Amino acid sequence: MTVPDSFTRREFIKVISAGSAGLILGVYCSPGKEQHENGESDPFAPNAFLSIDRQGNITITVARSEMGQGVRTSLSMIVAEELDADWTKVRVEQAPAHPDKYGGQNTGGSSSVRNSYMMLRKAGAAARAMLIAAAAQRWGVAPESCTTQNAAVYHTSTGKTLAYNELLEEASRVAVPSDPPLKDPNDFRIIGKRTPRVDTIEKVNGKALFGIDMKFPGMLFAAIARPPKFGAKVVKFDASKAKAGEGVRQVVQIEDGVAVIAESTWAAFKGRDALQIMWDDGPYARQSSDAIWKSFEDAAMKEGSVDRNDGDAKAAFGKAAKKIEAVYRAPFVAHVTMEPMNCVAHVQADRCEIWAPSQTPQDALGEVSSLLGLPNDKILLHVTLMGGGFGRRLETDYVIEAVKVSRVIGAPVKVVWSREDDMRHDFYRPATYNVIKAGLDNKGMPQAWMHRIVGASAHGLVVGGSRPPYDIPNVFIDSHTLETGVPIGAWRSVGYSQNAFIVESFMDELAHATGKDPVEYRRTLLTKSSRLRGVLDLAAQKAGWGKKLPAGHGLGVAIVQGFGTSVAQIAEVSVDRTSGQARVHRVVCALDCGPVINPDTIEAQVESAIVFGLSAALKDEITIENGGVVQGSFDTYDVLRINEMPAVEVHIVPSTDSMGGIGEPGVPPIAPAVCNAIFAATGKRIRRLPVRAEDLKTG
Amino acid sequence: MASFTIKVNGTRHTVTVNPDTPLLWVLRDTLGLTGTKFGCGRAFCGVCTVHISGEATRSCVTSIESVDGKTITTIEGLSSDLSHPLQQAWIHEDVPQCGYCQSGQIMTAAALLAQKPKPSDDDIDAALAGNICRCGTYNRIRRAIHRAANEVQSIQKGGRR
Repeated sequence: MTVPDSFTRREFIKVISAGSAGLILGVYCSPGKEQHENGESDPFAPNAFLSIDRQGNITITVARSEMGQGVRTSLSMIVAEELDADWTKVRVEQAPAHPDKYGGQNTGGSSSVRNSYMMLRKAGAAARAMLIAAAAQRWGVAPESCTTQNAAVYHTSTGKTLAYNELLEEASRVAVPSDPPLKDPNDFRIIGKRTPRVDTIEKVNGKALFGIDMKFPGMLFAAIARPPKFGAKVVKFDASKAKAGEGVRQVVQIEDGVAVIAESTWAAFKGRDALQIMWDDGPYARQSSDAIWKSFEDAAMKEGSVDRNDGDAKAAFGKAAKKIEAVYRAPFVAHVTMEPMNCVAHVQADRCEIWAPSQTPQDALGEVSSLLGLPNDKILLHVTLMGGGFGRRLETDYVIEAVKVSRVIGAPVKVVWSREDDMRHDFYRPATYNVIKAGLDNKGMPQAWMHRIVGASAHGLVVGGSRPPYDIPNVFIDSHTLETGVPIGAWRSVGYSQNAFIVESFMDELAHATGKDPVEYRRTLLTKSSRLRGVLDLAAQKAGWGKKLPAGHGLGVAIVQGFGTSVAQIAEVSVDRTSGQARVHRVVCALDCGPVINPDTIEAQVESAIVFGLSAALKDEITIENGGVVQGSFDTYDVLRINEMPAVEVHIVPSTDSMGGIGEPGVPPIAPAVCNAIFAATGKRIRRLPVRAEDLKTG
Repeated sequence: MASFTIKVNGTRHTVTVNPDTPLLWVLRDTLGLTGTKFGCGRAFCGVCTVHISGEATRSCVTSIESVDGKTITTIEGLSSDLSHPLQQAWIHEDVPQCGYCQSGQIMTAAALLAQKPKPSDDDIDAALAGNICRCGTYNRIRRAIHRAANEVQSIQKGGRR
């Protein structure tokens, strides 16, 4: 399907006639504003296309990237619902990158569904209204007397029926309604129903194509030697051994490293291993984790930039009946998508085509355009399925370097990263060092909250999600962000992921310090947040909070409000005090994300978030030595495995309140819920992640 | 370079590659069977799992030289029509999220079921602890394996769903 270039964006919906391709009723829509976390909006909202062909197949183009969160299914369900489509005949296509045609394509911030919901409903509803008008006209009846169901229009009093695909020509001549009537949510047949994903079958028969699976005639394979220390540069290199390898075609330097071009991935990997490269030291040659923590600790002595200042926390702390202070540390962590970074690029003199597993295709498109000096319309960037994203693929580095390699060699090339490349050249969640204090009144309730955060480089990623969601009159949060040389990026749930650990663990400390029940203590401080209170109560009830547990077991609770969603998790943990191993038996999660599109996706995303957060809480830490990352693969950076997986229960609060996101908000509560459960089981407070066996062993 | 003959999903292929080339890259780059994935290259993560003479094997550390003449099954050959009980169970439980690790999970589970038609949770843990899923589909994987095992048993007993 092609869309005329002359398309005017002000038009809400537009008919597209595809002529020889078969008659297609296309709906194009653009109104509505996409709102970001900071309250700012994109100039205009995402678009979707839907088309119906003569056979009655409905194609919905999805502009957000599918990385396992089920977005191809949920976005399509919204359009199909208002269209009254036959869901079994819906096909989904992935939109390529376009600077503006689809609106924002950035797939992050747990925003895909909530930012497209109304727009996609209107798109489906407009098409449905046009099909009704066409049928009514043919029958000579009033449109209001017609109904739709399962891709057909019905006239109830006469019993007449026309399938959508019998109405395409007439429907395409109907004026596009600017404000089509939307369904009453009580009449939804698809939205809110447990719906299997549209791409499950191809994911169980091996046919699903990820970025790494792309292959084209004449395509070569590349592996790149990247700097062993942050910011190091190539001084010189000897490629003679690499070039002698069978299947190696060429060795070229791109500014960030040395690329071995070969006839297969294996030949490229072997060739890369055979390179002899002299690197300079770069600006961070002696950087280490110890040095970073020391610099954070030093910085924490001084006041930083003020991020929040409610009331007068210093004065309130000064006169508090009880003062509690603690230091918390969160480490650098990596994303470790199962599909390592990769990209296929084909640069030609006047055009460029790219296949990228990207969460941010528009940013990549813009950067490629600048790099090559080509206008956007000469670059076709296909978005492939991706084997996990978690924020890593919001970066464009792996796309840009593939383009650079293809430009140098003048051929299509697939750059594949090894696991070690992927782990050592990530954009990590920033490590942070936190000094946190609370001043309690004589009833044990917090009157002052002071949190100083020192973290690596990116301010927003360090401070985000640090504000406690409780009724505390005086709050002071300040921060330092220090350049450590370690690349920093968005890691599923960003600032919340480490700050929830700190805030919710410390809240637990306050509750225990005053002899109060951790659920009741939190509850008392949530008078202004009924949604958080609701999920807290539900989780406590479902988890059997307060009931007797097996000996050595403990329950821990944590709550988070982020990405528009309220989440409470309660973890049941036991600790083997001989080995120091913590075992998470069960996690009960209650959440309120407003209206639900696909309950199965909500559950899957929460299960996913819990595993992701649990890996980091129990196992994961990136450490720095000699200016580079120590860990390289799963032997030194293990992640949660099936034998360590707790039972997970997800309870969704029925809600017609504002819609929240779901990809991320399940991550932050798990670390503090587990650490609070460890405290309940052992009396041992965990103030640095990951949880270490040596912190839990007795004797 | 040297020539090796392997039987993959019922078809004989003769490939001319370096003897040390891992089977994984022969499958993916030479034969175009990309359902078998690359995850770590060191047998830590399991996404490259295939069956060699019926045994679940990490193809990323298995040289083509070592499997010359052998019979290999990949996810593409597990069934031609999604009829394998595990594929059916995977669909029923809607297991995959990103889907990248699922070929390896299914191939490992298939080898487990071939040996233990009615695996316990501990059997599943032992067999699949080497298969990482970063999306966290573990509980659904477990349910799907039990479902497939029950399905096979009920078919064998002549029962119906």
